[in-house]
Amino acid sequence: MLQETTPLRMKPAIALEGISKSFPGVKALSDVSLSLYPGSVTALIGENGAGKSTLVKILTGIYQPDGGTIRVDGVETQFPTAMAASQHGVTAIHQETVLFDELSVAENIFLGHAPRNRFGLIDWKTLNGNARDLLRRVGADIDPTIRLRDLGIANKHMVAIARALSIDASVVIMDEPTAALSHKEIHELYELIDRLKADGKAILFISHKFDEIFRIADRYTVFRDGGMVGAGLIADVDQDQLVKMMVGRDVGQVFPKVDVAIGEPVLTVSGYRHPTEFEDINFELRRGEILGFYGLIGAGRSEFMQSLIGITRPSAGAVKLDGKVLVIRSPSEAIANGIVYVPEERGRQGAIIGLPIFQNVTLPSLNRTSRSGFLKLANEFALAREYTQRLDLRAASLDQDVGTLSGGNQQKVVIAKWLATQPKVIILDEPTKGIDIGSKAAVHAFMSELAGQGLSVIMVSSEIPEIMGMADRVIVMREGRIAGRFERAELTAEKLVRAAAGIATQVEGGAA
Amino acid sequence: MAEQHLSPRLIPDRLQSRSSRMLKSWESLLLVVAILIFALNSFASPYFLDPWNLSDATFNFTEKALIAFAMALVIISGEIDLSVASIIALSSTAMGLAVTMGADTPVLVLVGLGTGLFCGMVNGLLITGLGLPSIVVTIGTMSLFRGLSFIILGDKAYTGYPESFAFFGQGYVWWVFSFELALFAVCAVVFGVLLHKTNFGRTVYAIGNNQTAALFSGVRVGRVKFILFLLTGLMAGIASICLTSRLGSTRPSIALGVELEVVTMVVLGGVSILGGSGTIPGVVLAAFIMGMVTFGFGLLNVPGIVMSIFIGALLISVIALPILWSRARRRMAQ
Amino acid sequence: MAKLLKNREILLVFAIIALVFLIALRFPGFVEPANLARVYNDTSILIILALGQMAVILTRCIDLSMAANLALSGIVAAMINAAFPGVPIPLLILAVVGLGAVLGSINGLLVWKLDIPPIVVTLGTLTIFRGSIFLLSNGAWINAHQMSDAFKALPRASFAGFAVLSWLSVMAIIAVYLLMTRTPIGRAFFAVGGNPHAAVYTGIDVGRTRFLAYCLSGALAGLAGYLWVSRYAVAYVDIAAGFELDIIAACVIGGISIAGGIGSVGGAVLGSLFLGVIKNALPVINISPFAQLAISGTVIIIAVAVNARTESRKGRVILKKAEAV
Repeated sequence: MLQETTPLRMKPAIALEGISKSFPGVKALSDVSLSLYPGSVTALIGENGAGKSTLVKILTGIYQPDGGTIRVDGVETQFPTAMAASQHGVTAIHQETVLFDELSVAENIFLGHAPRNRFGLIDWKTLNGNARDLLRRVGADIDPTIRLRDLGIANKHMVAIARALSIDASVVIMDEPTAALSHKEIHELYELIDRLKADGKAILFISHKFDEIFRIADRYTVFRDGGMVGAGLIADVDQDQLVKMMVGRDVGQVFPKVDVAIGEPVLTVSGYRHPTEFEDINFELRRGEILGFYGLIGAGRSEFMQSLIGITRPSAGAVKLDGKVLVIRSPSEAIANGIVYVPEERGRQGAIIGLPIFQNVTLPSLNRTSRSGFLKLANEFALAREYTQRLDLRAASLDQDVGTLSGGNQQKVVIAKWLATQPKVIILDEPTKGIDIGSKAAVHAFMSELAGQGLSVIMVSSEIPEIMGMADRVIVMREGRIAGRFERAELTAEKLVRAAAGIATQVEGGAA
Repeated sequence: MAEQHLSPRLIPDRLQSRSSRMLKSWESLLLVVAILIFALNSFASPYFLDPWNLSDATFNFTEKALIAFAMALVIISGEIDLSVASIIALSSTAMGLAVTMGADTPVLVLVGLGTGLFCGMVNGLLITGLGLPSIVVTIGTMSLFRGLSFIILGDKAYTGYPESFAFFGQGYVWWVFSFELALFAVCAVVFGVLLHKTNFGRTVYAIGNNQTAALFSGVRVGRVKFILFLLTGLMAGIASICLTSRLGSTRPSIALGVELEVVTMVVLGGVSILGGSGTIPGVVLAAFIMGMVTFGFGLLNVPGIVMSIFIGALLISVIALPILWSRARRRMAQ
Repeated sequence: MAKLLKNREILLVFAIIALVFLIALRFPGFVEPANLARVYNDTSILIILALGQMAVILTRCIDLSMAANLALSGIVAAMINAAFPGVPIPLLILAVVGLGAVLGSINGLLVWKLDIPPIVVTLGTLTIFRGSIFLLSNGAWINAHQMSDAFKALPRASFAGFAVLSWLSVMAIIAVYLLMTRTPIGRAFFAVGGNPHAAVYTGIDVGRTRFLAYCLSGALAGLAGYLWVSRYAVAYVDIAAGFELDIIAACVIGGISIAGGIGSVGGAVLGSLFLGVIKNALPVINISPFAQLAISGTVIIIAVAVNARTESRKGRVILKKAEAV
């Protein structure tokens, strides 16, 4: 602890200096530096798209930096491969724990460095025994011989941490490790991190949750738009200062929410349930309203929304649109009825990379632009132009592959695609995840404009400022159920977090 | 046009004109190759330029190309159908069986088409209905369909097709233009329009580039894929009618290995084996090239099995060369 | 019990026993030890090949060229033997195993270095290998009288009551089992197919691992090439034509997922035996041998449908209540 207070005299376990990295069309990192010290937790803070994941990939040898140096224990080094990074003691525990579902827990811990017997063959007995010891060290009660796929997400994290210990890593990167964990599991993780610190590990902790950062971190580094905007000791800053560094402006000014007269109910959902994903979903959505759905990642919000548009079937429940009962069995039926869903995973579910912008925009509206099944390109260009301009798309031409656009502009194309179907209800799932600040503002402004024109908007978001800034009303989901409902007037960040984490003693509609 | 868009950021429809894009395309490269081979052939053999010889040369590719058109759509959608040669065999066997029961030409055609459609339906149901991977399913149906032919025929052969049936594989529409060539031309236009000019064609590209996003965008993915396998079965049935008519007999080993040539033709035509891109004009040019090379080798008395080495090497190199080329260019740029 | 039934190997053992039992009901001679040993011996080559295909499929690839590789290696073995009868058989076997591995490595290099889809690569090399046989042999057959006695005798020789061919396949099973379960490269096959992205993070080179899988399948195809040619005492262009489908069928029946990462040596062996029993039973129960192709096809389709069912993932479990069930 004495060393803690005198960081300048300590040698960093790993130091990045002047690191830059570009991808075609995007400067992901420019001249950033980061030092991680033994026995210390450094929080890496930044909005989505600030360059955090690029940095992690450079640290783990997946990407090569265009410029800058990496020093391990003061010695200049390069990580040409993931193996090299791992041999230098750098290991990462990822958001979606990247391990092997079909292999045993023990093998997941020791893959690539399994103990061998004197014939050079893998010694399974020692391997399982060592795995058991490591799991005990991280405080996880897991049988090392079962398959990984049979574990829950929290236990998978424990396996990943055991793996980090098994290679005797000196640097441990934790990329949003608490995203899908329960309250109790998070506390267990904190205790484990304290133990790792005591062992002298240098820890890089990436998180969006400030309470976590102030609980666990000793230092901070803030990234914004691929550059480093601040670094220092956590003891020297408060939350507001960090937020200001992160967004580069005061939070209050970001959201162009306009007050709109809320009309009659448009969409009514009652008794919606699914065998394993969600249950008891009841709510009304009104004309001109922006209804926020808040919750932790994995709370069942996206699953519910996808069920609403016919990707999966609910086991029970009714949907009424403009007073008429609807049965939606596929996305095409949802679109035909005026309910559209802008999915969270833009690259996988939203944009069709490989097709030009205009073909992306018109895909769900082909029936309107074509004549008796035959394409009419002039109509397609006109429709694509109309909607991409409303969203202020920046592109060289409408005939350009959507994959060549930046994330923010891709998102505009994706929103334009679903808007061009002229829906009554639009569901936006994490609409500003991973896009730059300029595009974010454009999307928010546009959402307001839509509501003003009488469209009903459902916005699924995990970002508290976005929910607080944009929503007229908020529904919080936790573990597949509605855990709270809030009007805009009574909204506070604390209430949202409590409802989402299940800390509140009693909330309306919440499951005990 | 301009006064409509007062916004300062006017995004143009296209930057490249269609003609300049066409010049740089895979298809124009194929066209150059086709012309070269044509010139080479006419140089190598004085008999090549004879109209009747040229007409004969077209039989080398017409039947395969008929299937290749449908296969192109299947591959663009991200799937594959390896059972087409076996569908030819089963259709041909069914027609042979019908002949022994006294069927006449119109009935034979219906039997051929019907068997093809039925096989395509089996593939389609297994792949879209049960959600199984098309590569394994069609390896399975490849054995199944041909196996059924073997069960029905054993080591025997059907002959004795009615004289009027010979028209499909041996008849001429006008002068040197055979029925098969005419059918090839018609199908090229039909499939070209279907893929490039209709909503259906657009959804095929969308599915091939990103099936999940296409589904979320309201494309009925399962239905489109089912139709594609049905269509491939139908085209294999048509090819079977032509081939059976041309040979005048059916053995269970008929059209063995044709699936490979069809896939090669499609890939040579610029269709990405991973799905998402490719054109019908490309496939048409690839058909011409493969047909003329085969014919040229024939003029030079090269045995058929050596031809197959050429086709195998061609299949790999048409995919490898663009990769090597782009790597070399990147290295030069650095 | 329910868990037991989910285990593919045990299910297959039951299926094979049931199949043999059914046949034995009408033809008791089928279950005589001598006949069962004959059935195993007859399936040996398929087992050796399925072991190689398994390794390739585990890494999310496929090898359609195995039968052509077998034929090319086999004919080279026969030609060497015909030209130089003095070359000792063990050396000859080593040479064809090496040749098979080299042919397999061509597939592997194209998949690794050029990123060409495995199905395209092996469809291409399939025809190239077959065509090369024609170029080498000029289309001529190499008959029994051109081969030396030692060449033909080895697979038929008997050791401890079983044919050497059977012993060789048992040795191959043990060797591949050790490779798959006790060596880093064997585990890498599983890791690469199960999660290629994660494999990179654990320091596994995905392309190189696939390359080695193709080398293994090639080497085993080379071994099978010698065994095939010497056992049937004839070599020509079309030997084992279409056999690649039987190999894949054996793997699919054995529960090896075509999507990669799932499978076992036991599965590959049992899948081969299942096909072998059917093939040997057909003449016994008076079904035309012509039906075998159709039966293989049907079994492939049924097996892949069953695999898909057992592999299909349920939706996410979010409700705590559902998790408890």
